[in-house]
Amino acid sequence: MDRPSCYHCGDDCTKTRIDFDDRVFCCNGCKTVYEIFSNNDLSYYYDLESSAGATPNAIEGKYDFLDNESIVGRLTEFNDGNMEIVNLYIPHIHCSSCIWVLENLNKLHPAIKSSQVDFPKKSVRITYNTIDFSLKQLVLLLGHIGYEPNISLEDYDNKKKPVDRSLLYKLGVAGFAFGNVMFLSFPDYFDLSTSDVSGGEFWLNRYEPIFRWLMFAFSLPVVFYAGRDYFISGYKGLRSGLLNIDVPIALGILVLFVRSTLEIIFDWGPGFFDSLTGLVFFLLLGKFFQQKTYSFLSFERDYKSYFPIAVTRINAKGAEETTQVHDIKKGDRLLIRNEELIPVDGILINGKARIDYSFVSGESEPVRKESGDKIFAGGKQLNGLIEMEALKKVSQSYLTQLWSNSVFRKDTSSTFQTLTDRIGKRFTIAVLSIAIVASAYWLYTDPSRAMNVFTAVLIIACPCAIALAAPFTLGNMLRIFGRRKFYLKDIRTIEQLAQIDTAIFDKTGTITTSLKSVATYEGMPLTPEEESLLKNTIRASNHPLSRTLYDLLNEQNIITLDEYEEHLGQGVEGSMGDDHMKVGSADFVGEQQIEESTNTAVHISSNNVYKGKFIFHNEYREGLSEVFKTMSETLQLAILSGDNDGEKGRLEQLVPKLTPLYFHQKPEEKLEFIKALQQQDKNVMMVGDGLNDAGALAQSNVGIAISENVNVFSPACDAILDASKFQQLYAYILASKQAMNIIKLSFGLSLAYNLIGLYFAVTGQLSPVIAAILMPLSSISVVAFTTVMTNLMNRKLT
Amino acid sequence: MSVIYVLLAISIIVAVFFFIAFIISVKSGQYDDAYTPSVRMLFEDELVHEKETPVKNKQQDKIQLNKQR
Repeated sequence: MDRPSCYHCGDDCTKTRIDFDDRVFCCNGCKTVYEIFSNNDLSYYYDLESSAGATPNAIEGKYDFLDNESIVGRLTEFNDGNMEIVNLYIPHIHCSSCIWVLENLNKLHPAIKSSQVDFPKKSVRITYNTIDFSLKQLVLLLGHIGYEPNISLEDYDNKKKPVDRSLLYKLGVAGFAFGNVMFLSFPDYFDLSTSDVSGGEFWLNRYEPIFRWLMFAFSLPVVFYAGRDYFISGYKGLRSGLLNIDVPIALGILVLFVRSTLEIIFDWGPGFFDSLTGLVFFLLLGKFFQQKTYSFLSFERDYKSYFPIAVTRINAKGAEETTQVHDIKKGDRLLIRNEELIPVDGILINGKARIDYSFVSGESEPVRKESGDKIFAGGKQLNGLIEMEALKKVSQSYLTQLWSNSVFRKDTSSTFQTLTDRIGKRFTIAVLSIAIVASAYWLYTDPSRAMNVFTAVLIIACPCAIALAAPFTLGNMLRIFGRRKFYLKDIRTIEQLAQIDTAIFDKTGTITTSLKSVATYEGMPLTPEEESLLKNTIRASNHPLSRTLYDLLNEQNIITLDEYEEHLGQGVEGSMGDDHMKVGSADFVGEQQIEESTNTAVHISSNNVYKGKFIFHNEYREGLSEVFKTMSETLQLAILSGDNDGEKGRLEQLVPKLTPLYFHQKPEEKLEFIKALQQQDKNVMMVGDGLNDAGALAQSNVGIAISENVNVFSPACDAILDASKFQQLYAYILASKQAMNIIKLSFGLSLAYNLIGLYFAVTGQLSPVIAAILMPLSSISVVAFTTVMTNLMNRKLT
Repeated sequence: MSVIYVLLAISIIVAVFFFIAFIISVKSGQYDDAYTPSVRMLFEDELVHEKETPVKNKQQDKIQLNKQR
């Protein structure tokens, strides 16, 4: 059956259908956006990509804090009184239509001068006139057309981070010098061992010094600027007693440079400037390739990107004012609206609170609070307006304190030793001993060539190809995973993933899905009339549980109710003819004997007679038990949940027997659990989703955040996995292991090249042209090998 | 034979010119976002067609929209 879908956002329009202008829309919001676009000559939006839009949310009042001058000042990039430039992050940007409409904002309002989209970052930079326009109006305008920007405390705190382009400069310098030095080396390549005396080309020999000194000049920036990082890293490694791969590289560069310079000073030969610049260029190319970043994702987020910038405070005179979250003091009275986040720990003063702590504790069930109860930062109010009194400052709250734990400051990158570094250690020792033995031999037989042989060994053994194997293999894997919606922070994560032996899962949101839930009915069977009335009663309700239940019930004819009333936080009631139905909490429907149930339930009464209840269960992700079954063959598994143990029975049936299940775990307890495992020399992978897992994710060797929508918030982690790819998780781990094998194979390949080169070096026959051929050849064949192998693996992954 | 000096000088000047052009383009942020311009490039042609619609109409619409708000 062909279902009508919304012309604007592409959603299914069977429930509500609005016909306008010969087109179908799913809601008034979408229709309004269409009207705005078509009235302002922007309907080309729909020609570029069909149904690219988003339904605009109601945002009135949400951005009142943008009236505050000092907040606006912090958010804007540039401000000179009548002109402002602001860079806004808009998660919805996803296609060419989005780019087009956002770059044509000036058609919507004359005060907007220009706007430029940065698609990979999902941000738009807007320049506008502030005479009759403001940031607030701009944000509201964007909200009206379905492009609501995301403004969080993070934007307020960090000013623009400087962009690091040094690698590009270095690559440019090395490439520039490499090309020119190659070019200047040509006379020497073609005119190898001739001189004036032996009758070589007169002009080439005559001008040889110029060519050589020019090459020297070109190699200076390569050694001292482009290759600087290798010296720094090699030195740091030596100082901390580690022989990392950068030590032989730095040694190779240094020896190449010194020997070449001496050669041209004393006119011994042309030097190895071509190999030197080529080596640095290839190494930097490898570095550039491994630097695949997903600029629209952030792997460093903390609570700041989740918290609002400002909240409503009630001042001493009883008037409402907007205040920055950082300015909240102990004793302030705050107003929290529906769907707003509680920024600090405090005491509820007024109103009935139903707080969703799922982000903090993992608890899926909203908690009811009465005035006088303590409420904690990070919870989301779900039930109308409440008033609270702050007990602490933002940075001292229960949730935000987690970030003062030392794991968030520790730089884990320095402690992990990569495969390349481990090989590099043995490699350095081997190369140095070969160099010493060979030069000792030559000292004995022909002392004049000993120095030549010693430097030649160090030059030819410079592990360029080894250093390139990991960046190219893992860089390629990073891209392959990225295409399969598994976004990794850096290539180191793949190496760590390959070593995992323990996998810990969070429950809510990680192995359960928030998109679907199932309900079972308990109680007296409902008559067809009652079923019809029930479905029609909850049809009008917007409560999430009603929407879920509505989708679960059988199709019924749509009837118009005689009476309908929604009681906020309690339930709904509707009547049709003589029949009356109440749907909602146990109190509301008049059920007295409430059994303690750990699961969410919706109770139903018909004509004031209690009928029964629908019990909601977490819906586990598809394929969960298979994923756990295959994983348990090689990995130790456990589940850590912040939730209560209401689901224990069902979970036990799904996961392999004897899988440890822990419930009621606080965020710090999760962190400690991981730490304890690591102390037993386990390599732990943590899979989580919320702020409550943030500590565990940071502590684990590999922290993977599962996200239904990767553009929305996810806590700091090493990798983000799109929820739809959950079943593939184990395949990805296996792929990482295979990638490590590819690297090992290419090490073998590059060692073969090194052995050939060493033969020339040890026998004292290394000429610049051999070095200039061998070095790039080994690098290129390693790059080609890894690329072919990873692409073969890509095909095997489904 | 000093023509070799001229040739070398020219070759280096040309090379340095391109090198400086590269540095300037990196500095101005051209390499920060390598994707959007490739999409944006395709819009320009379409926009010319759009502009054929009378300008007066457009402004009236804008005023209308402002009133709505």
